[in-house]
Amino acid sequence: MTTIQHISTSRRIKDRVVQGLVYLAFALAVVPLVSVLWLVIKNGAARFDLDFLTHSMRNIGARDVGGGAYHAIIGTLEQVLIASLISVPIGLLTAIYLVEYGNGGRLSRAISFFVDVMTGVPSVVAGLFILAFWVLFLGQPFSGFAGALSLSILMMPTVVRSAEEMLRLVPNDLREASYALGVAKWRTIMKVVLPTALTGIITGVMLAVARVAGETAPLLLTVFFTDSINNDPFSGPQMGLPLFVFDQAGRPNATAVDRAWTGALTLILIVMLLNLVARLIARWRSPAKGR
Amino acid sequence: MTTKVSTRDGGPATSRPASRRSHGEGPFRYAATGAGIILLGIMAAIAVFLISEAIPALQANKGHFFSELVWDPNGSQVFGIAALAFGTVLSSALALVIATPIAVGVALFISHYAPRRLAGPLGYLIDLLAAVPSVVYGLWGVAFLVPLLKTPSQWLNENLGWFPLFAGEGAIGGKTMIAGSIVLAIMILPIIAAISREVFLQAPKMNEEAALALGATRWEMIRMAVLPFGRPGVISAAMLGLGRAMGETIAVALIFPATFDITFEILTPHANSIAANIANGFGEATPIGRGALIASGLVLFIITLLVNIAARMIINRRKEYARAGA
Repeated sequence: MTTIQHISTSRRIKDRVVQGLVYLAFALAVVPLVSVLWLVIKNGAARFDLDFLTHSMRNIGARDVGGGAYHAIIGTLEQVLIASLISVPIGLLTAIYLVEYGNGGRLSRAISFFVDVMTGVPSVVAGLFILAFWVLFLGQPFSGFAGALSLSILMMPTVVRSAEEMLRLVPNDLREASYALGVAKWRTIMKVVLPTALTGIITGVMLAVARVAGETAPLLLTVFFTDSINNDPFSGPQMGLPLFVFDQAGRPNATAVDRAWTGALTLILIVMLLNLVARLIARWRSPAKGR
Repeated sequence: MTTKVSTRDGGPATSRPASRRSHGEGPFRYAATGAGIILLGIMAAIAVFLISEAIPALQANKGHFFSELVWDPNGSQVFGIAALAFGTVLSSALALVIATPIAVGVALFISHYAPRRLAGPLGYLIDLLAAVPSVVYGLWGVAFLVPLLKTPSQWLNENLGWFPLFAGEGAIGGKTMIAGSIVLAIMILPIIAAISREVFLQAPKMNEEAALALGATRWEMIRMAVLPFGRPGVISAAMLGLGRAMGETIAVALIFPATFDITFEILTPHANSIAANIANGFGEATPIGRGALIASGLVLFIITLLVNIAARMIINRRKEYARAGA
């Protein structure tokens, strides 16, 4: 009868050390998250009131207390909505092309590759492109719509990727059953494939919205600044919540920095809420798919 | 996965009588194809319009665009990308050096160390790092990280000042390159961790179990079965992170002091990047100044494009290889 040899001490120590390092890495990664959230809540809570949410910065002097982000919140909601209206149809149709019509041909491979590359386009470059094309080349003014255009460029690849993934999950049996009944391909896609994948697609869109809602750089170059409420995204400079934070953070007065923190808190709440709802939809839809 | 249902125009699985063909098929198909082509068109248009709007400014440039350190397109019309490009590359490289080991550790933690039940929620926690908007990281960096780094920076400078990165005279600490790089590292960590985690989870179970059955410790199993398999994935994840770090704008625009020089002294308040300069310089830019910023954006676009294409090619090659092995 042979006994199983014990693992030598040096090997065991090495194993333990690596395990410690791996745990440490995870702890290190969580520290900044906790620190950011804690600081934002601590510094932002002071001004987080109804006054902040319902007033703009109009007629608020450099050192005045008060003022709010109402104009910025309106701007962000409108810009993100328009960006979604542009990018969701294009992104969804592209995903449909890639999954249902592309058949791995040269065009679909090219589109697929450049969608991946497009996810890596820096947000500031998307803003510069709209600046160069929309403002400088076409001579259009700075506006909320221009900002929405730049955001839609950042949204499109995310929407395509998530929608594509969801469409591929739809079982082929469903498509075949529909074809067997003599239903045309496009009606099969509209009536069978899309409804099946719908919740997944909504999750993807919401995550994409959450991503662009926090983008500052493209807005900086396309929306410009304003302290007043501008409900019309098509004319005149607008504001956005991230832009508001950036603007206030750059001012030297403590009152402005306070507003920046509260703006940051509002922004994080919006983004986290979108994220959470998106994940909940995904979970509610597919309880078995948890990993 | 590989079964093809849809063949073009009446393959065996989908053939239907021509008379039953719906009127909507053609338009729908064209719309889907058109949307894909629009996406390709946008990528091309980004390049075309950045170039066309940059040319007038480049022609008005009185210095050499690639070697000049000064950035003064609004006044003397002398501007060059050298200092900015250097800052972009150095800050992202530092961010990558800081983030990659931690991200790999996090990925291993989620894929092989954490209890199964907790792995999902803990992974989500890391993903939340990516959900924090860039401007919030900038605010946090200025208010929290910059003061926090003051003392360690001075200590490093006094005791390890012979090392080029820690050298420097006069003011040490404050809005430094290292502060910006740490913030960039935090921002790219989730993407590197997420991709690495996926790759580690794909590592062949058989190899892992074989290693364990031969008496390997967990670390030996990971070193023999998981890491060799995951290496290309980790490399491309790091490159995607690098592209992200280079294009990151607002956080570093708030932290970097917007100086125009080339120095490796990361503990002194000398730092800038292409993206930060665009965000900080746009407000007071003249038409030539805007053109100059667009030209710098074009350089950034090309650099990130190359990094991303390289990363994607590694991933895509990997995908086929994994599918063939499965």
